Amino acid sequence: MKKEILLGNDAIIKGALIAGVDFVSGYPGCPSAEIGDEFAKIGKEKGVYVEWSTNEKTGLEAAIGASFSGLKSLVNMKSFGINVCSDALLPLAYTGTKAPMVIVVADDPSCWSSAQSEQNSRAYAYLSHIPILEPADPQECYDYTKLGFEISEKFNTPVILRTVTRAAHQRAIVEFEEAKNKEKKIGEFIKNPHQFSTMPPRILEQKKELLEKVKKISAFADKSKINKIIGDKKSKIGIIASGISFLYSMEALENLQINASVLKLGFFYPLPEKLIANFIKGKNKLLIVEELDPYIEKEIIRIAKGVNPKLKIYGKEVLSEIGELGAEDVTVALAKITGKNFKKFTVKKIDLPKRTARLCEGCPYWYIFPTIKRVAPEAIIGGDIGCNMIGGLAPHSLHDYLFCMGASIGISHGVKKSTNQKVISLMGDGTFFHSGIAGLINTVYNKSNPLMIVLDNRITAMTGHQPNPGMGKTSMGEDTEELKIEEIAKACGVKHIKVLDPINIQEFENTIKEFLEKNEVSLIVCKRICALLARRQKQQ
Amino acid sequence: MKNFNLIINGVGGQGVITLLSLVGESAFVEGYDVRSSELHGLSQRGGSVETHIRFGEKTYSPLIPNGKADLIISLEMLEGLRETAKSGKHTTFLVNEFVSPFIGSLTVEEIKNQFEGFKNVLHVVAASKICKEKLQNEVVSTIYLLGYAVSRNLIPLKKESVLRAIENKVPEKYRELNIKAFNLPFNDN
Repeated sequence: MKKEILLGNDAIIKGALIAGVDFVSGYPGCPSAEIGDEFAKIGKEKGVYVEWSTNEKTGLEAAIGASFSGLKSLVNMKSFGINVCSDALLPLAYTGTKAPMVIVVADDPSCWSSAQSEQNSRAYAYLSHIPILEPADPQECYDYTKLGFEISEKFNTPVILRTVTRAAHQRAIVEFEEAKNKEKKIGEFIKNPHQFSTMPPRILEQKKELLEKVKKISAFADKSKINKIIGDKKSKIGIIASGISFLYSMEALENLQINASVLKLGFFYPLPEKLIANFIKGKNKLLIVEELDPYIEKEIIRIAKGVNPKLKIYGKEVLSEIGELGAEDVTVALAKITGKNFKKFTVKKIDLPKRTARLCEGCPYWYIFPTIKRVAPEAIIGGDIGCNMIGGLAPHSLHDYLFCMGASIGISHGVKKSTNQKVISLMGDGTFFHSGIAGLINTVYNKSNPLMIVLDNRITAMTGHQPNPGMGKTSMGEDTEELKIEEIAKACGVKHIKVLDPINIQEFENTIKEFLEKNEVSLIVCKRICALLARRQKQQ
Repeated sequence: MKNFNLIINGVGGQGVITLLSLVGESAFVEGYDVRSSELHGLSQRGGSVETHIRFGEKTYSPLIPNGKADLIISLEMLEGLRETAKSGKHTTFLVNEFVSPFIGSLTVEEIKNQFEGFKNVLHVVAASKICKEKLQNEVVSTIYLLGYAVSRNLIPLKKESVLRAIENKVPEKYRELNIKAFNLPFNDN
């Protein structure tokens, strides 16, 4: 056994390696991207196939293929990734896996690195019936990943490991076993459409099998050591906490010196119902500590009706549903329900200029944003995910809307169809390959005419410089086909296309003016390498 | 020992996380329980970066509650000033005399004026300048500040532990430079 300080995401890698992972796919996002980045570096010697897929759906589908062929797989993505891959995720619950699969989904309460929504991906458990484990710290990131593969193997189900920023980007001491290097495994797809095909009427049988499986996993969860009780079991005050909230709860108990017992849930789904029922039987007061939506609280209210209807249950009435929690929030809540005194620290008010995210020095976007603003001040401008999000902030303040990956073109088509206004859709190269193409095809097909500007900085920059299909390199550094955005657009039926270097401001300006007058969709590809990447390449 | 709470902040790209992991490794070498929290991605792009680290017998939350920091190391002055909003009476400040300007930001003088009357222990050290002059490298100012904190007993870590941590964590080609930067403030003491 080794003992080192590890980042939560690195601990997930160690856990997957010791479980014998063969196949890693996914799409980079914050706070999960380090998983795929690091795997790309070590994949060869560890005998693991690693890819950055074009999006989370193709990533999950690749892993499904691997699982059906007998390879152990790990899929990694940020919160919103599970929305993108959900179309493949739900049938996967029905067919089940062949070789085990763990899907890492990293949520970002407080939206430190996320626009879009403060998503609580735990809800997918109800939609898909896939087990979800929630680690609180790097040690549990390691342990639960390993356990995730074991559960997956035992029950032929994918297992979701749901982290949050404060677990994924937490460093702490981890005891782990270092996996030996191995040869890359060649799997074999053994035909079995009875399992792998969801064609009706088989699908309803599969649903029945799935629900029976969930019951078995629930019984397993009741006995699992990752659901554990800490402190005086006889205490009349109980706390139920999951994931990172457990650490805040323990600190709150220490702050107030309260004698309470804590049920720490490692399983979010299925819940260990018997364990919970036994835990709450003798309690007078119960505090449920979970971030964001009160999913566990609702379940416990239901369970309590049967075993302890007089139990006073506190949850979102004393803890916020918005933003991540902290030890102080839990201390305040606990003090309130136990009648203890606790004075919250008052943050002093000082008025200082705010330093928001900004473009790096020498970033090609410095040429793009001001030019667009000057040339088309009246245009409706759609922003998209990635470094171009910074275009929405001062001094650029360029975006009129910002949604999800690839949405800028889709929505601009709708605006264009509904108005007589000029519309510009901005998008990065990574996002274009992720999900921009589908929106572009819809725009051409339905005869709309926004101007699309792809900010091609030759890499997926925001999430830490991952290669994408426009670069001619795979995540493991192998040469591959270099896809050209302009050629794809041409094949999609775009008639007006210009590829230029945005440093040539006059040419860029003229093209914007010209293309905004077109009756068909037009595309400008602003091609200039990310300044950080250029510097790094120079150093090498 | 009661848990020691350290906040390291600055601007994205200054080496906040490198310093954070070095402090973590040093505390680990001394046998403490360690826990830290950091941010990547959008929050790192030239914005304010705030990281937390706690070490002692047993740590729980990776985040330090408001008012509980024992020491705040700021790699940038305005970011240091920003921390005064949630520092406790006992919080010591170690601030790099360096400003990373942006539209609407404050000058060194303006920041210094705002620090006037601030009752906490405050060390303003020209780490970036000193490292640039003496080592021809500004990036190691982070290690210089750690050396300063250890040499002035602002942080309960032994010199040897940090040197061990540098040995363990810093790639060989940068090791000597880092050790030099770390040792510098001991000589000025």
